[in-house]
Amino acid sequence: MALQEHAIKEIKEIVDQYKNEPTPLMMILSAVQTKFGYIPMEAQELISEETGLSVAEIYGVVTFYSFFSLKPKGKYIIGVCLGTACYVKNSQQVIDKFQTLLGIKPGETTPDGMFTIDALRCIGACALAPAVRVNDKVYPQVRVEDVEKIIDDCERMEAAKNEKGN
Amino acid sequence: MALVNIKIDGIEYKVDSSLTVLEAAKQCGYNIPSLCSFNHGKCSKASCRVCLVEVKGARGLVASCVYPVNDGMEISINSQKATEARRVSVELLLSNHNQDCQSCRKNQNCELLRVAQLVGAREGMFKGEKTPTTYDDLSPSLIRDTSKCVLCGRCIEQCKSVQGIGILGFENRGFKTIVGPAYNKSFNNVACLQCGQCVTVCPTGALMEKGEIDKVDSAFKAGKFVVVQTAPAVRAALGEEFGMPIGTPVTGKMVTALKRLGFARVYDTNFAADLTIMEEANELLERINNGGKLPMITSCSPGWVNYAEQYYGDILGHLSTCKSPHEMEGAVIKSYFAEKNGIKPEDIFVVSIMPCTAKKFEKERPECRGVNNLPDVDAVLTTRELATYIRRAGIEFNRLPNSEFDQDIMGEYTGAGVIFGATGGVMEAALRTAYFWLTGENADSLLKCEPVRGLEGVKEASFKIKDMDVKVAVVSSMKAAKPILDDIRAGKSPYAFIEIMGCPGGCINGGGQPYVRSCMLPNEDIDIEDTYRAKRAAALYSEDERQTVRRSHENTQVQALYKEYLKKPGSHKAHELLHTSYNDRGHKLK
Repeated sequence: MALQEHAIKEIKEIVDQYKNEPTPLMMILSAVQTKFGYIPMEAQELISEETGLSVAEIYGVVTFYSFFSLKPKGKYIIGVCLGTACYVKNSQQVIDKFQTLLGIKPGETTPDGMFTIDALRCIGACALAPAVRVNDKVYPQVRVEDVEKIIDDCERMEAAKNEKGN
Repeated sequence: MALVNIKIDGIEYKVDSSLTVLEAAKQCGYNIPSLCSFNHGKCSKASCRVCLVEVKGARGLVASCVYPVNDGMEISINSQKATEARRVSVELLLSNHNQDCQSCRKNQNCELLRVAQLVGAREGMFKGEKTPTTYDDLSPSLIRDTSKCVLCGRCIEQCKSVQGIGILGFENRGFKTIVGPAYNKSFNNVACLQCGQCVTVCPTGALMEKGEIDKVDSAFKAGKFVVVQTAPAVRAALGEEFGMPIGTPVTGKMVTALKRLGFARVYDTNFAADLTIMEEANELLERINNGGKLPMITSCSPGWVNYAEQYYGDILGHLSTCKSPHEMEGAVIKSYFAEKNGIKPEDIFVVSIMPCTAKKFEKERPECRGVNNLPDVDAVLTTRELATYIRRAGIEFNRLPNSEFDQDIMGEYTGAGVIFGATGGVMEAALRTAYFWLTGENADSLLKCEPVRGLEGVKEASFKIKDMDVKVAVVSSMKAAKPILDDIRAGKSPYAFIEIMGCPGGCINGGGQPYVRSCMLPNEDIDIEDTYRAKRAAALYSEDERQTVRRSHENTQVQALYKEYLKKPGSHKAHELLHTSYNDRGHKLK
């Protein structure tokens, strides 16, 4: 699968923007991840050509940081914190419940492209443990019983968005 | 050089202040085990945690491979805390290693096994889950088996710093980390040179050449007429496999061993090196006289050819169309030799003993088929594999008498052929012959052509031949070649002729040569990792000096081959058998 014209242009612009930084790779990858929601192989190859870094090196960074993704992510990225504070307050059960209800594992996306589950390591919200982050919104003190409601929330938001769009 | 005072386990020493603790300890006669330290600590990643020592005042134990010495430092290698920590580090590495040591081909040269013994690692201390592994044997040259990898990162650094490409990298994180080409692809499916420089630094059996001894066994079993040829660089290093000092030439013993192994003919690739010079010098003069593409670049090194095809596909017209010497030798064996001896080419099996892993890839090329579309060469064994083969046959190499290569029809070789194995050798050999052809006389100054000798990455020289000024360059390693190639691409290269070899120092330092790690070689000088290339090269130059005939065009059997069979250099027949073509493979993943 080749990159579309506009994607090539945008990635090149991102590379140009950061090219002269001392270590541009992280910035480039972050910008591409934010812009497209993932960093496919073709994008890594283009970044390699533009920066002169080997694909192996770029791929190494992409697969090291959980923030970067090789596959497209869902519209709603459900991040469950499994950091120590959240973990001791049962966040494992919370993420298990999300898995059961959505039928996917952490790192995976539902076939309709709606949800992705991410297992996070400490998001700095220990006082709110166990914390769940959906896109930019943080849900505090989440109990297993709350999981269904969070999913409903997302679906309601999506329906509202679609209605507005129509 | 500033000196500082340090203490190791209570004893005082004076050492160079620029050293790491590990290097300083080495100077003082200690061997701190390490699996990742590399290039005097300059490229070390402190990733293996095997070199831990105690330093007074430091927080916790320190990784000696990256920790610089300073004045008054008190180091303890032998404290209970340090020895126990090193042992645990190694035991943890072993817990994620497949430990099939008995059948592992790296066994005699495995640094992990050696280190495990040094630190007194105990069996099965940490049992549990293991990292998912990858076994890649798709490439004709290299095998990657991550079940043996200790994640030291040496191969990654070597690929980057020597060849300037970086085809290998770490992938994933934590427990799932592995080393491999991007997307965990096979070496075969990325723009890898197959040069094997990564293999030369791997401390375990995670990266190795693809073994072909079985193929040779099958050929003997099938009753083939099995002919062997050996590259010049092999004789300069094979002895190391049998404990001889680095730089010991073992030509005579090697030939005896090959005869005892049952090969029908034992030939020297040097014959074909002389043949290469005839074809290549002829091609160069033709290009100069007929306005062909200049500079012309040598094509003996398949690592370099792989680089050119994958990274500089637009300048392939500059490569000499000559096949590499062992391919030429194979083509001549299956044509001229076969006809002379009344043997069907189909019944001949040609084995090349090479210092190289990329030659294994090269022999599979469709362009390297000649007579009846048969491959010119059927199997390639590295210098290391030859040693294994000799040991397996129960041959006591060190006790062997000397013997001579077979002398019939393609046994003769000149000193010019021998020096092919060192960087600058092809250039020197070509100049000796080109000079004669242009002037009708021999130049003795070209018998020791200092400007093109030595181990620098790039050497330049200018020679006056008649009224012509010939500017040449000699390059080894792809990192060194890059600026020269960029100049060619930009159309501003000042040279007429360039020799390029894939590995730094040329074939003597090829990816198929015996491993050189000072920690495994207690009888060599401590700076052996810096000096072994020069020692091996010296072995070749001394053999050149011992030869009475030292110019390729004076090889009487090569002359006979032209007279009876090929007619003249660059003839139609010569092109059919001895020349090849190249393909742009720039699409491969870099």
